[in-house]
Amino acid sequence: MLEHIELFFRSIFIDNMVFAVFLGMCSYLAVSKKVATAVGLGAAVIFVLAVTVPLNWLLDRYLLQEGALSWLGPEYADYNLSFLSFILFIATIATMVQLVEIVVEKFSPSLYNSLGIFLPLIAVNCAILGGSLFMQSRQIETFGLAFNYGLSSGIGWFLAILAIAAIREKIRYSNVPAPLRGLGITFIITGLMGIGFQSFGGMLTGGDDAAEEAQETVHIEAPKEVKIETPTKEVTENNSEMDEKEISYNDVK
Amino acid sequence: MGLLSKKDANLIKDPLADNNPITIQVLGICSALAITAELKASVVMAIAVMFVLGLGNVVISAMRNIIPSKIRIIVQLIVVATLVIVVDQVLKAFAYPLSKTLSVFVGLIITNCIIMGRFEAFALGNGLWRSFLDGIGNSLGYGIILVIVGFFRELLGSGTLFGYPVFGDPIEKTGLYSFGYENNGFMIIPPAALIVVGIIIWVQRSRNPALVEEN
Repeated sequence: MLEHIELFFRSIFIDNMVFAVFLGMCSYLAVSKKVATAVGLGAAVIFVLAVTVPLNWLLDRYLLQEGALSWLGPEYADYNLSFLSFILFIATIATMVQLVEIVVEKFSPSLYNSLGIFLPLIAVNCAILGGSLFMQSRQIETFGLAFNYGLSSGIGWFLAILAIAAIREKIRYSNVPAPLRGLGITFIITGLMGIGFQSFGGMLTGGDDAAEEAQETVHIEAPKEVKIETPTKEVTENNSEMDEKEISYNDVK
Repeated sequence: MGLLSKKDANLIKDPLADNNPITIQVLGICSALAITAELKASVVMAIAVMFVLGLGNVVISAMRNIIPSKIRIIVQLIVVATLVIVVDQVLKAFAYPLSKTLSVFVGLIITNCIIMGRFEAFALGNGLWRSFLDGIGNSLGYGIILVIVGFFRELLGSGTLFGYPVFGDPIEKTGLYSFGYENNGFMIIPPAALIVVGIIIWVQRSRNPALVEEN
């Protein structure tokens, strides 16, 4: 249960789709002029992520991973089809989006009207494929966690686009320098929001440690965040920067 | 460019500046931001996109008369995904550490909006050679922004370029560091990429007021 809660908050705040890994930026920038449309697209993203990530998890587990085909019989145990994952994931996503569109249109016309135009857009939204690829590279263990991951990443994306849409509605009344208007200022605001979201980095304590240990981990993590500013460690640390990021994606429990 | 007619040359030149895919068309932002902390990764990413977009444009353009328009998105996705798998496997085989750095972002070339955007807007309606030029031009425009962002982030953030120290050794306090210069750790964190791109947009639009948006 605890790992579910941890993954949930981690995906929403710490590894936020938009602010930490920049996924789905295209639609994030293009559809965030009004709050109402942003809510529509955000809801569609949550929906599609929550459907496709668990589906792709099943594909990954029973078809693509090394040894995944062993359920067919021992002679298939050596196959490693993971090089096919891009093409299978994107095919799943494109088909699911079509399918979801048809089902929603049939059973809930009102929902279809509010999501309608966004659904086809979503097939090529990097956040959706990115969700599946991160699910694969972080080696999420169970079906439930995969569903949780899809849902909470979607919520994180929804929050981000909602926030930027609200800001953009207000900023219309501000006196922004002309060359920065529109796209430029949106980039910079998103950057500032991203810096804000980085402060959530110390929020989670990792696993089911006791509270005291938790306190310590926070203390250990905090200097890590600012480590780049200490010149003595500079060169060695910078090389490990990407590796550390990699690890943080992988050690989701 | 003696080889190219003026019209064809514009296919390459336009995306470099006034019709840049990133700063003007707002396409392909995702990958542009996430991997630009190092110059090397930016360059490799730019080359990967050039390969996929150049070749993909040619393939789509060659098939443009036989693709039924209803399923064209799926066809395009399959073509891109195939090319990206090739890129991914080549990177894994010959530059494994780099492919670890780029992690999922190689896969995300599939959903890079530039690629689908160019397929839809250009390759489906133009001949092979022009589509190829258009692909190369747009990926150059994409690459140039990546390289600029990567250059500034690595130079100001770590004081290196392609991993080689430029300003001297920050630990030994040689070179520029002996005057009290410090690396700006802010440039390394992901959100800095957004701010750098924002500034590039600012500079570009100041130089060419025709590009300024209403709001």
